[in-house]
Amino acid sequence: MKRAFPILGIVTAILLSYALCMALMPVTHIWIFTVGAPTEQTMGNVQRIFYYHVPSAWTAFILFFVNFAASVVYLIRRRPAADIVALVSAEVGVVFCTVVLITGPIWARPVWGIWWTWDVRLTSTLVLWLIYVSYLFLRRFSSSGQTPTLAAALAVLGALCVPFVYLSIRFFRTQHPQPVIGGGGSIDPRMLHVLLINWLAFSCFAYLVCWSRYRLEKLQRDVDEAHALESLLDPRGSVR
Amino acid sequence: MSGNGYLFAAYAATWIIHIAYLGTIVRRYSRLKREIEQLKKSGTRS
Repeated sequence: MKRAFPILGIVTAILLSYALCMALMPVTHIWIFTVGAPTEQTMGNVQRIFYYHVPSAWTAFILFFVNFAASVVYLIRRRPAADIVALVSAEVGVVFCTVVLITGPIWARPVWGIWWTWDVRLTSTLVLWLIYVSYLFLRRFSSSGQTPTLAAALAVLGALCVPFVYLSIRFFRTQHPQPVIGGGGSIDPRMLHVLLINWLAFSCFAYLVCWSRYRLEKLQRDVDEAHALESLLDPRGSVR
Repeated sequence: MSGNGYLFAAYAATWIIHIAYLGTIVRRYSRLKREIEQLKKSGTRS
């Protein structure tokens, strides 16, 4: 297990570099590989934000789903490991959702002429982000013994927002484009290749970060337990 | 800002967010390491 971490780290770094090269090669004119993502005809190079924006959104959705599954397991079985997985996936999911909410307006400004509009997709994504930020606030600032249970309940309700965000562009008329995969839209196979490579790279990166964060959280809980034990024992080692 | 300016701004923002988060993990880890050392010291004293 200890050896797998650096190996996965190296694989992730290679994947991220490869994905970045594939997305940006035609812009920088530094051709490391012969194939790169072609330039979109209407939007030009700014469309390449797509290769970071969309994989970040998919990764955030997967992490929120993991948070939901772990929260359900915690509510049923009360396993501390499930609670840690729920916390970690929500935290990393919020980071990826933040990337979506930052790169989206940067893409919208040159294409739509505005940074933000209160349309269903954008607003529901912001609400989703706020739900998980409040989940993290609850975990951070509540000192009650019931905090993991309350947080798990909030996570289960918050997860209902994820399919709404995903499907909102199908059910409502929005300014946001329709999905390129499974939504009736078409995409150049070279663009799809770069998109999937970026998604794979971001998924590996998210897994690596979650793994580090899980180990850190577990260690933190062990240390807290040791502190509690220490405060119960007197210097001679007997219970007060 | 040109199209390329927006493109590089988005990519830079993405990595700034990820690196900032990784920074908080590293900071928390070093604080925890100090706590563990203190615990070990207090353990050996008693």
